[in-house]
Amino acid sequence: MSTPAPASAAVSAPPLLAIRSLQKRFGERVVLADVTLTVPRGRVLAVVGKSGTGKSVLLKCLAGVLAPDAGEVCFEGRPLSSHDPVALADFRRRCSYLFQGNALLDSLTAWENVALPLEQATLLPKPEIRARVAEALRRLELEGDALRYPSQLSGGMQKRLALARALVTRPELVLFDEPTAGLDPLRRNAVFTLIAHAQREFGFTAVVVTHDLPEALAACDEVAFLDDGRVRFSGPPSAFIHSTDEAVAAFRDSTSALAQSVAALRAGGPLPADTLG
Amino acid sequence: MLSTLGQSTLRIVAESGDLARFTARGFTSAIGSRRLGRRLVRAVYEQGVRCLPVILIVGLFTGLVLGLQGYHTLTGFGSAALLGPLVANSLVRELAPVLAALMLVGQAGSALTAELGIQRNSEQIDALETMGIDPYGFLIAPRLIAALLVYPIMTGFFSLIGLVGGWLSGSVLLPLPGSVYWASVDQAIDLGDIGQSVVKSLVFGALTMALCCYNGFNAHRRSGATGARAVSASTTRAVVFSSIGVLAADYLVTSLLV
Repeated sequence: MSTPAPASAAVSAPPLLAIRSLQKRFGERVVLADVTLTVPRGRVLAVVGKSGTGKSVLLKCLAGVLAPDAGEVCFEGRPLSSHDPVALADFRRRCSYLFQGNALLDSLTAWENVALPLEQATLLPKPEIRARVAEALRRLELEGDALRYPSQLSGGMQKRLALARALVTRPELVLFDEPTAGLDPLRRNAVFTLIAHAQREFGFTAVVVTHDLPEALAACDEVAFLDDGRVRFSGPPSAFIHSTDEAVAAFRDSTSALAQSVAALRAGGPLPADTLG
Repeated sequence: MLSTLGQSTLRIVAESGDLARFTARGFTSAIGSRRLGRRLVRAVYEQGVRCLPVILIVGLFTGLVLGLQGYHTLTGFGSAALLGPLVANSLVRELAPVLAALMLVGQAGSALTAELGIQRNSEQIDALETMGIDPYGFLIAPRLIAALLVYPIMTGFFSLIGLVGGWLSGSVLLPLPGSVYWASVDQAIDLGDIGQSVVKSLVFGALTMALCCYNGFNAHRRSGATGARAVSASTTRAVVFSSIGVLAADYLVTSLLV
């Protein structure tokens, strides 16, 4: 277990992850036009933006699941290009990914799912693996469900199980793809609290793609706002809250915009032109 | 039309090369794959134990029909005593390896393709990669190795139950003495026939399971469809191509061994 670095040291340290001019398209559709972003070691970066702006694609490019068309991702200054399998293998050993749909192996029990990365990708002895898996399941309140299959768990439990699997390897970098999707507000808060708590305890760096802006602003150290395949804003939550950028403000103030739209409808007026984006 | 034909040919050649690379990687990734034994046992169970009833039923009826048709045909030439060699040679050299392979494709192969396709769709295969686990070693290698173990055994069971079916037809339902039938079967089959049967079953096993794994593993990029339709299309492709592959490979192997 590593001790978290002091905030000042973490800020001045070179970035753990550096994304330079990343581009990705699917056929004619440009998803990432030009993304440049740095993630300092020990910080939690929230990537926010409207649906379809390439947040999950960005995360998959970071994890090496998708190959970018141009640009590069550097981990500790080393590019993760497919031509360097050693760098990629090293990166994958030190990085975890929480998929939006959890991606739990449905033929394995909860215990086996959490144990999988330790059994298959590390040389840890069996007692250590057992201890770590038991600890991860206990932390996420799943110790009574260890022998159940993912299909026998509720959506929230599956999410917690996926989180347990992502954290059991004690990674240095964790990529969260909408970790709170489909969860009720209490569970959403619990997941963000859990991420913040685990981050403090293990000192990992995190990139969290999310739509839950209030929770992200409360729990994350940095915010990146993606719009039209580019980073429109990058900075601390306080700067995001006070940003005067038009697209940032529209996204940030969407809740109050909703209240205005509903009030207008109730008053018998038309829907504002940009209601559906 | 020529252009379409050319494009199709190029696509088939490219895909054959892709399949060959996939198969080679599937087998070689077994080296160093951790806890392979446990996954291998599960694959053998799925391909072997679960398919055994189908193999036995189809084998029995194949033998019954061979015995019935063979007896009446041979009786016309006054050679009913040759029923044993007819059933034995037909089964061991041709019908058992081919029909057992087709049955295994229909039951185990289609299920395997669908399972891998769903795992691809639900990002389980991507998850393995992000965890630093080679999906070829984890998912493909045990299935391919299991096929090399299961296919010859299933072919053996098919032959044995088929011979019993031939005996039931010829000697229980029809008047050929059982001793004549079994003695002629014993004389008709030699090690060369059994070797031919084993070679064919190994070739069919590797070919069909590689095709099924390949189509399921690449369900997201091969079918021109997405989601459930991609899984369905991949499964159909796997079964159709495997069935054609078994018959084509049967001709090639037979022409080499005869």
